[in-house]
Amino acid sequence: MPGSPSEPYDLVVIGAGPAGLAGAVTAARLGLSVAVVDAAAQTGGQYFRHPAPGLGAARPQALHHDWPAFAELRGRFEASGAAHLAGHHVWAVTRQDEEMWSVHALVGEDSGAVGSGTGSAEVSGSPSGGGTGSDGEGRTHEGFSAERERPVRLQARAVLFATGAGERHLPFPGWTLPGVVGAGGAQAMLKSGLVLPGQRVVVAGSGPLLLAVASSLAAAGAHVPEVAEASGYLGYARRPRALAANPHKLLEAAVHGTALLRHRIPLRTRSAVTAVHGTDRVEAVTVSRLDRDWRALPGTGRRIACDALAVGHGLAPQTELATGLGCATRRTPDGTHALVLDGLQETSVPGLWAAGETGGTGGWQLARTEGELAGIAVAARLRALPALTRSRRVRDLARRRDRMRAFAEAMVAAHAPGPGWTAWLDDDTDVCRCEEVTAGSIRDAVTALGARDARTVKLLTRAGMGWCQGRMCGAAVACLAASGTAQGTVPPSADRRPLAVPVPLGALAALPEEPGHA
Amino acid sequence: MSNSSSDVIVVGAGVVGAACAYYAARTGLSVTVVDRGPVAGGTTGAGEGNLLVSDKEPGPELELALLSTRLWHELARELPAGIEYEAKGGLVVASDAHAMAALRKFAAAQAEAGVTTEEIPADRLHEAEPHLAPGLGGGFRYPQDAQVQPALAAAHLLRASGARVRTGEEVAAVLTGANGEVRGVRTTAGELHAPFVVNAAGTWGGEVARLAGGRLPVLPRRGFVLVTEPLPRVVRHKVYAADYVADVASGSAALQTSAVVEGTPAGPVLIGASRERVGFDRTLSVEVLRRLAAQATALFPVLAGVRAMRTYAGFRPYLPDHLPAIGPDPRVPGLLHACGHEGAGIGLAPATGLAVARQLTGGEPPLDLGPFHPGRFAAAA
Repeated sequence: MPGSPSEPYDLVVIGAGPAGLAGAVTAARLGLSVAVVDAAAQTGGQYFRHPAPGLGAARPQALHHDWPAFAELRGRFEASGAAHLAGHHVWAVTRQDEEMWSVHALVGEDSGAVGSGTGSAEVSGSPSGGGTGSDGEGRTHEGFSAERERPVRLQARAVLFATGAGERHLPFPGWTLPGVVGAGGAQAMLKSGLVLPGQRVVVAGSGPLLLAVASSLAAAGAHVPEVAEASGYLGYARRPRALAANPHKLLEAAVHGTALLRHRIPLRTRSAVTAVHGTDRVEAVTVSRLDRDWRALPGTGRRIACDALAVGHGLAPQTELATGLGCATRRTPDGTHALVLDGLQETSVPGLWAAGETGGTGGWQLARTEGELAGIAVAARLRALPALTRSRRVRDLARRRDRMRAFAEAMVAAHAPGPGWTAWLDDDTDVCRCEEVTAGSIRDAVTALGARDARTVKLLTRAGMGWCQGRMCGAAVACLAASGTAQGTVPPSADRRPLAVPVPLGALAALPEEPGHA
Repeated sequence: MSNSSSDVIVVGAGVVGAACAYYAARTGLSVTVVDRGPVAGGTTGAGEGNLLVSDKEPGPELELALLSTRLWHELARELPAGIEYEAKGGLVVASDAHAMAALRKFAAAQAEAGVTTEEIPADRLHEAEPHLAPGLGGGFRYPQDAQVQPALAAAHLLRASGARVRTGEEVAAVLTGANGEVRGVRTTAGELHAPFVVNAAGTWGGEVARLAGGRLPVLPRRGFVLVTEPLPRVVRHKVYAADYVADVASGSAALQTSAVVEGTPAGPVLIGASRERVGFDRTLSVEVLRRLAAQATALFPVLAGVRAMRTYAGFRPYLPDHLPAIGPDPRVPGLLHACGHEGAGIGLAPATGLAVARQLTGGEPPLDLGPFHPGRFAAAA
């Protein structure tokens, strides 16, 4: 069967969200053998989350007006013949030879044991294992727990990266207090666990997700005293054509806007939570007015009592598996890095494709469209049928993709963090929480030791070396490094994480010997 | 003196460049350091911070290492504790009695050359390292082996030197006068003037030499380091198997791995060392990771359940005879080389910097620099 070392798959799709499923369905329909690997137990990805089994949730669609469209896609996937390899944590993809890729994954007995990078809802929940390690967290030397994970290697003639995006966090004083959760994390908690982060939840940050989160929280029974959006919404007005061409997006915004009105939730633009108050957990937040550069205007702080804060600053594409193979990236209008893709979703490295948020955030409909395009392109290449890519269907998909992509870029541009946000940080605010590195020590590395980029800051302070490997603090560290001095600033580069998830040494040692080494 | 002129320009803001700047500035010279990347952005930032005498056979490199060991000890008192200097000692272990006999012979020769060694019989290995695998043939402890955090060491050396540091500025040309003597460099940001230029560009030292009309056959020799999750102190020394010494001395292009295992003050255990000549290819090699993990868990079985959090590759600056190039270029007056330290640059940096500073000021060299003379490759040109 495909998957044994002797028989590779034509296509391995990494990620079982809308992009990955659409790509798999399409490629399988065109005659390819396909496997979809994903860390989660069920398909759907970050957006179409299933309630955990055992909660007895009969109607996940209640939280999702798009659920029927997903159910249709899932149905086609299940009938497609493509394999679904759940609970697979991909830690690297490597080139085996000119025509073959190796996808290296860990399969745990408890598939929740390895972080996939985006699943953690609690901003305040320590990513564990942080600090100096000298306390050992109560573990004895005999008690290391990772031995049950089994390494698996899949071979593929083509790979489709549909790994989605992770939430972008910007730190501020008090963000490590229990009760502070990621906005996307709050929504994920709601969808998969049907639990609320608190009773009175302030929603803050930037981006259209905030509106969706606020209305979901309110619909689930929380009181949302306020949504604080750091940008204005005027940014959209600068790209009227992208807006006019995407009426469904306006409709979505109107739905959420109506929901906010119904629940009487005020939306304050050019406002941000600049401090969190509380001793053991969140008791209140300070919301300040911002200028155009996101600097807090003195004297505008208002204290709002609450027991939770859901905060998010958009999404950052998860590209490390692809960048590890040399795939080129581009800087998005909001300062993250996304894969460079051609008109048929191929990366700069032939044989590797990507779809969905890996090419820039843009929502599930764009992801599904790109997945289908990629599926066709892979089949055209592997079956040597270039005519497949010249069909009317491909032209339609490409047109839709371009339209939605243009809108997405306009949207992220409107919500790009202003340079003034770093002034919210006290010197003793932890920026890297895994390694407990403060804003002060990062500023010191920049001003005194000459760090000009995130990698050098990491080498000199350990910021980004901990459990989350900089997924949480990377954006903030890059901003702090760049704000040190205009002279000699090294442009920020895309994340490089040769190990996409931690791998037990025992599992590495148990890998089969790679061919081609003396 | 204008902002663009100084007594000496050091090309390279890694640990060797930083040490050259530090010792040159201490003799009263004004120093400018230029690097196309950031501080410690090349091989220094990818190193483990080994300050080793244990892996060196008697000869010129060992002499350099012994001097450096003393200098690092002094620097540890002069620089902030942030450089994470640890005089923790090395432990070389032999797999069986046969390997132990060879190691004993090697250590005896080292002791003759001034290295402090201490034999640890097989039945006492676990007192030194409680988590070592059972059944090993014994080992030798080397108390002079130490460690620093290399990027911090380089950054603090640079800061303490008081040198002007120009990062993100690539040297595009070496400026020379009527008689071919060095007058400075032209970078992407303009001209810098100095009567001396020190090539401390590490693995890229060959390119800098070429810009000046010199020749230095530096080649990259790739190595991977595996970094685990933070642990309590599981590994006390820098521990490696005796085969490591043979790998270091080999010039083979093929992949060689021999695990070097050590804990760090921050908690993670570092696992090196692989060697292969594959150019500047950073692509992950799963086979290298497999071998490193297999060898490390063979030495310390307890590590099998520990997760590797990350891995990174670096490129050791390799010269054909495994010795660095330290001293004046035979053809270009005013150009000095201080590069090609292979995997030992962190350890050998202070002695190199001191030697270069003495040469810049016409002082007595701190040791015989003959074996390191850059002109030794000229005949082959």
